[in-house]
Amino acid sequence: MPLSTQSQGDAEQYVLVASLDNARNLSNILKAITFKDHAIFSATPNGLKVTVEDSKCLQANAFIQAEIFQEFTIRDDSVGFQVNLTVLLDCLNIFGGSTVPGVSTALRMCYKGYGYPLTLFLEEGGVVTVCKINTQEPEEPVDFEFCSTNVTNKVILLSESLKEAFSELDMTSEVLQITMSPSQPYFRLSTFGNSGNAHYDYPKDSDMMELFRCTKTQTNRYKMSLLKPSTKALALSCKVSVRTDSRGFLSLQYLVRNDDGQICFVEYFCCPDEEVEEQ
Amino acid sequence: MDCVVTGGNVKVLAKAIHSLSRIGDELYVEPQEDGLALRSVNSSRSAYACFLFAPLFFSRYTVHSGHTFRCKMAIKSVQAVFRSLASLEKTVEKCHIELDDQNNRLTFTLHCKHGLMKTHNLSFQDSESLQAVFDKDSYANVFRSNPRLLVDTVMHFPPSLEEVTVSVSDERMWVRNHVEEEGDQSKAMLTELCLASDEFDHFAVQAHNSVTFCLKELRGLLVFAESTGLPMSMYFDEPGSPVVLSVTDSVLEGNFVLATLSDDSNHRKKNNSRGAHTLPPPPPDDFMNDDIDSYLIAMDTSVAPGPSATGPPTPQLADSICSKQTAAASHRTRLHSEEEEEDKTTDSGRPPNKKFCSLFFGSVLPPSPQMSTQPVSSQQVLASDSEDDVQ
Repeated sequence: MPLSTQSQGDAEQYVLVASLDNARNLSNILKAITFKDHAIFSATPNGLKVTVEDSKCLQANAFIQAEIFQEFTIRDDSVGFQVNLTVLLDCLNIFGGSTVPGVSTALRMCYKGYGYPLTLFLEEGGVVTVCKINTQEPEEPVDFEFCSTNVTNKVILLSESLKEAFSELDMTSEVLQITMSPSQPYFRLSTFGNSGNAHYDYPKDSDMMELFRCTKTQTNRYKMSLLKPSTKALALSCKVSVRTDSRGFLSLQYLVRNDDGQICFVEYFCCPDEEVEEQ
Repeated sequence: MDCVVTGGNVKVLAKAIHSLSRIGDELYVEPQEDGLALRSVNSSRSAYACFLFAPLFFSRYTVHSGHTFRCKMAIKSVQAVFRSLASLEKTVEKCHIELDDQNNRLTFTLHCKHGLMKTHNLSFQDSESLQAVFDKDSYANVFRSNPRLLVDTVMHFPPSLEEVTVSVSDERMWVRNHVEEEGDQSKAMLTELCLASDEFDHFAVQAHNSVTFCLKELRGLLVFAESTGLPMSMYFDEPGSPVVLSVTDSVLEGNFVLATLSDDSNHRKKNNSRGAHTLPPPPPDDFMNDDIDSYLIAMDTSVAPGPSATGPPTPQLADSICSKQTAAASHRTRLHSEEEEEDKTTDSGRPPNKKFCSLFFGSVLPPSPQMSTQPVSSQQVLASDSEDDVQ
C-alpha cells in the first residue's frame, strides 16, 4: 500500500498520526461544524476534538474517538493546533469526494509539532496526494462551563422529528425560543416572524421522545442566526439531546452514525439571547 | 370561525392555497354560511381565483352567524403552514383553523404524527370583500375534461410562455402559443395542439371564438385539479370577456377567472389589411398546414366575433366591460393602468402591448352576498386598454 510505505519511515518524528480507510468519516463530521474558517484541533489518547466558535456565543465541538481511526498514535498527553477548516475540508475532498460504494479516499494525517504544518496523505485508486496545511497558534476555546450537574432540563429526541421542525422554521424570526417544562407544553419551539408566531409542541410521551427529564419550566431565546449552523449536524444525526442549564445555556448533542456504523458526537453550545420571564 | 379539516382534505386545502399563490400575493379569507371562501387576485386585477369549501368539507365548521368577518394576509405565510406538501398526507392528521378575535390572529393548528403539534398564529388585515363578477352559466362555450387532457396539452409549451390562445369549432379545440403581434414574426415558433371533442367529457360550442389568456394561472389550477383528480371545466365567450376555469366537487368549488386579450388590435389590423369580416375559421387543418402565413391569417380572423357569437345571452360582464367597443371608447377614461401587470414584458424589452381587461371586482364594504351574479355598477375597478394611441 503506497500510503504506509511512504510514511512509515518518518513515523517517529510525528507527535500525532491518525489514519482512516475512509476520509469521509472525518470530512462528514467536520462539515457538521463548518460555520467559521478556523478550527481548533486538540488530540488526546482518547481521540480528536475539533472546535469551532462564533462570536464567543456559539461553540461547536466534534468528537472523533480514537477507535474510529485505523491508526491513532499520539506521543504527548495532548496535542493542539489550529487550521483553516475550509482548506482542510477541500483537501479531504481532493479526489472529488465520490460517494460511489467501494471507492473511498484513504487518509493519513500527520503532525510534527508546534510550528509544523498538518500533513495529509490522501490516496484513492493508487494515486497519492500530499497536502500540507499551515497550522496557526491555537486559541483557547471558550469554556461555557456547561456541566451536567447544573442541567435543569433535558430531552432526547429522534432527529427525524426535529429535522422537520427546523426545515420549516420561520427564518424571518430573529430568535428561536425553546420552552422546556415538566408540565404543558413540555417541549416547545417558537418563532416570532413577520407574519405571526409559530409553535411546535412535542408531548413528553411522543414516540419521538426518547427521554424526557425536565424539572423546571424554562423559556429561553436563542439567536436564529447562531442556531442555523446546527441544522447541518442535525441533518447527519439520528438522535439529539437538548439540554439547558440553570443559566439558560443550551447544549445540543447530536449522535452521528458514520458510513461504517460507528458513532461520533457533535455538540453545540449556545448562549441565551435574553432573559424571558418565566410564566 | 372555527373549523377542522382531517385526513386527505388537509392536502386538498394546502393544494388550493398553493394554486391561489400562483395568482396573487395575498389570500383573502372569508368564512361564510355556505362555506369557507379563499380568494386571491393578481396585482393588475386581471386574474382572480376563488375556492369555496362547503361545510361538509370540514369535520367541524362553525361560523358566527350574523357577524361577517373577512381578512387578508400574505399568502406566503399561509403557505408556510403547509410547507412540506409532499409529506403532508403522511404527517398531518388534523388541521384546526380558528379565528382568535381577541388577539386578531388566525390560528392554524396542525396535529401531526407522534403527537407533534404545530401552531401558527398568523396576523391579518381586515379587508374589503373580493368578488369577481362573472356568470359562467351564461357562457356560450363550455368544456369539461379530465385534468390530464389539459395537463398533457400545456406540457408542450415552454415555461416561459405567457399566454395561450384557445380556439374552438363545433368539433375541435385548438390550443396554441400566443405570439406578440409586434414581435419578430419570422423568429416566432408556433406550437398548436388540436383536441377532438370526444376527448372531452362535455363539449358545447355556441360561438366559434378564440380567446387568449395567461398560461400561468391555468397551470396553477391544473396542479390542483390533477392532485385531486377532479374534472376541470372551461367557460368562455368572446375575446375580451374573461375565461372561467372551474373545478367542482360536492364539497368544494374552485373558480379561476382570467382576463382574455381584447381583440380591438386585431380589428385595427384587419381594417388596415383586409376588410373581410368572415366567419371565424380556425386553422383549416390541424396537421397539413405548415404555412405560417395562413396561421397568422387564421389568428387574425378567428378572433373576430362571428355572427354566432351574438346568439347566446351575453354575460353581464361582457356587457359592462370588455367588449371591444366599450373598451375602445373608454380607453381614455380608464381608471386603472395596466402597465404594472406586465413587469416581465417590460423587463424583456418588449413593448407593453398586452390588452388584458381587468375583471370587475366589487371593492365594497359591506358586500351584498348575491354580488357574484349581479353587475356592480359603481365600485368596479376597470383597467381598460392602454397604449392604443398609436392609431
